[in-house]
Amino acid sequence: MELKSNVPEGPLAEKWDNHRFTSKLVNPANRRKHSIIVIGTGLAGASASATLAEQGYEVKTFCIQDSPRRAHSIAAQGGINAAKNYQNDGDSIQRLFYDTIKGGDFRSREANVYRLAQVSNNIIDQCVAQGVPFAREYGGTLANRSFGGAQVSRTFYARGQTGQQLLLGAYSALSRQIKTGKVTMHTRKEMMELVLVDGKARGIVTRDIITGKLETYSADAVILATGGYGNAYFLSTNAMASNVTAAWRAHKKGAGFANPCFVQIHPTCIPVHGSFQSKLTLMSESLRNDGRVWVPTKPGDTRRPGSIPEDERDYYLESKYPGFGNLVPRDVASRNAKEQCDEGKGVGTTNLAVYLDFAEAISRDGEATILRKYGNLFQMYEKITDSNPLREPMMIYPAVHYTMGGLWVDYNLMTTIPGLFAIGECNFSDHGANRLGASALMQGLADGYFIIGTSIASYLGSTKQDAVDSDHPQFSDAKKQVQGRIDKLLDCNESGPDGKLTVDEIHKELGLLLWDHCGMARNKEGLEKALTELPAIQEKFWNNVYIPGTGEELNQSLERAGRLADFLEFAEIMILDALNREESCGCHLREESQTEDNEAKRDDAGYSHVAVWEYQGDRGAPKLHKEQLLFENVTPSQRSYK
Amino acid sequence: MSTTSINLSLEIWRQKDSKAKGDFETYKLTNISTDMSFLEMLDVLNEQLTREGSDPVAFDHDCREGICGMCGAVINGIAHGPEPETTLCQLHMRHFNEGDTLVIEPFRSRAFPIHKDLVTDRSALDRIIQAGGYVSVNTGGTPDGNSTPIPSATAELSMDAASCIGCGACVASCPNGAAMLFTGAKISQLSLLPQGQPERKERAMAMVTAMDKEGFGNCTNERECEAVCPKGISIRNIARMNREFVKASFF
Repeated sequence: MELKSNVPEGPLAEKWDNHRFTSKLVNPANRRKHSIIVIGTGLAGASASATLAEQGYEVKTFCIQDSPRRAHSIAAQGGINAAKNYQNDGDSIQRLFYDTIKGGDFRSREANVYRLAQVSNNIIDQCVAQGVPFAREYGGTLANRSFGGAQVSRTFYARGQTGQQLLLGAYSALSRQIKTGKVTMHTRKEMMELVLVDGKARGIVTRDIITGKLETYSADAVILATGGYGNAYFLSTNAMASNVTAAWRAHKKGAGFANPCFVQIHPTCIPVHGSFQSKLTLMSESLRNDGRVWVPTKPGDTRRPGSIPEDERDYYLESKYPGFGNLVPRDVASRNAKEQCDEGKGVGTTNLAVYLDFAEAISRDGEATILRKYGNLFQMYEKITDSNPLREPMMIYPAVHYTMGGLWVDYNLMTTIPGLFAIGECNFSDHGANRLGASALMQGLADGYFIIGTSIASYLGSTKQDAVDSDHPQFSDAKKQVQGRIDKLLDCNESGPDGKLTVDEIHKELGLLLWDHCGMARNKEGLEKALTELPAIQEKFWNNVYIPGTGEELNQSLERAGRLADFLEFAEIMILDALNREESCGCHLREESQTEDNEAKRDDAGYSHVAVWEYQGDRGAPKLHKEQLLFENVTPSQRSYK
Repeated sequence: MSTTSINLSLEIWRQKDSKAKGDFETYKLTNISTDMSFLEMLDVLNEQLTREGSDPVAFDHDCREGICGMCGAVINGIAHGPEPETTLCQLHMRHFNEGDTLVIEPFRSRAFPIHKDLVTDRSALDRIIQAGGYVSVNTGGTPDGNSTPIPSATAELSMDAASCIGCGACVASCPNGAAMLFTGAKISQLSLLPQGQPERKERAMAMVTAMDKEGFGNCTNERECEAVCPKGISIRNIARMNREFVKASFF
């Protein structure tokens, strides 16, 4: 597997310009002769579909939900960053670039991140033109807020529903193209396999979720916009249907998977309250601006928070990190919460929570002020937990939130399979080992609106392809393989459910294994243990899962089983990747790699690279490749929050 | 947070596929934690059904945090259940009592055919948006975001309408099966903003026409839609749509 980043020549600030000038184009009259498949209709997929259709290509777009408006981008609360410098507080493209690459702990590619910062401003203009109702100042200009510890106010927002409004903007642009007939929209269709012809991505096999029918679609290029793999952990803030299947199918056909161990664990989520829990809900981390995090000093203290006197409370973030206190970055806050709970000081019925206390802020600023800032979050918290944060402290716990790892892509966002592109969260490109708040929306839309068009033209303009349709034998072969997998999954149910396990039971087991050993703090011993225990779970799944119903109907158990089968395989490279990266960086603490003060120690000499895994067949061990990261414009610095 | 457990009797609409004739089936659930969400309660039922070798209840859901609009069912006659401004996934079992019988049905409307059990086809709503629920602007070449000032109050009013999640509860609760709250919300969002002005008339005409063509009914001011809307969208948006439509027709 050759990893050619294809970063253009020239100074950093001119690379994108140079690239657009030297890239091949497709004449407007010829674009209609090319068809493109887009999988997924989140920010990246919807914006890419709309944009490519506007440019004249024939686009076939697929999503698993009942409508392209539902993808999980919709749940993003906080906002979207851009280097507009509307607040005149010293922001610039260079600063957004630097903050993003530093936030990622210097594990992403300079040129990609710089381009992201460059197009960030166009995104805001585009969304405003679509009628996205961003928050405004009284004078009518766009409002900004500071987010995720940034020292400038560069985050644009629409109440706490920024993701929803941006996605509905992209969905409206997509809807317009569906109306013109340039996009053929396929809802409730799940991509089951990628089809290669002569080594190039030429199509897909899908399963109709309503009828179970397998179908094939051909095209001149395939774009994956299928999101992250956080649901490998079973519990995460992701939507229930978010999965790794499309990316994993592509990986098994030859697409390198980059940095799969880079998973962001968000510190302020509502804690797990029972074994029936199906997902975790994120609370905006802005809460840490006024809330104080604490646990009882004595392990196993079951008194109600109000009955625990001040001198028996441990405000551990404030004492450990006096400079930043409760505002330490996500990974530090998450890790410390888990440490406290591991020491037996966790609170709540499960002992897997810490307090986030607003009492001091309320006595300082008054209830009205606190409610004005956090009213909707308090309401959401009370709805779920039946507890009022004005009266007693909130309980919070970290949860899997975002995956920085993903399919390896070059500067063109093309994977190691020619003609297969990956955009949005499903690629690894821009966030390194840690993503900054309000940057996911920016990247999804940057890729879809402003980058992929150039890449597609460049690829189609420089690649000679034979006409291929879905009658080609590669398509029928792929379809047969998919049918075989479905039959194999359903094989287990012949003898009935007795003594068998449900899909969710096995998924929970996988989730726990990953959370315990491949979560925010890792060590060699734990990871090796996870690697030894994984095959037993895989075996249990294939021998002992019970999936009711048939493949020729709406069968939600079968859908979940197919996705779990891929998570089970994917988990291996996640653990291997974590094992291989013997440094602490970004989101993760590798316990063997700590400073004297027990802080994360990055190892630039050994690990300043992207780790890319190549599939070696069912029996071969995955092969590791490295893309060395070159820093010509910034100097990697160590983080310190003491 | 006080956790208790309750026992429930569920009467759920079961329908094999779009052609089959459906009917209610009764299920008993014991020991349901009141901290569960409604959908987690259905998960528990489905795990139980699976272990018994029966067919689990199909229901749509995705984000489970009240924003994607994918979930929804009618609980004891109320779309999304008894809590105001709450989607089904954010409804918690503490709002029910020991021994309650819950009747659970899909969102019913002529325009929403049933696929299976509680899963319906709401693509008619997408087709209303496709008819004109957008500003016709291509990617690129748009003016600077601050080039047109928009008063904060106008942006907020537009945002009120834009917060629609497209779940279809308004349709399911309307005695006429109207989609006017849904359509009115999108027409309002765009007609309030300067960006929406150039296509204002065409949009109102096209979206209202599409709505009628899909077989949705008309508003008779029952206000049932507003009462069940999980995002609290006001029927003022229907009034605004009617004005837009009339203006588009006559002026």
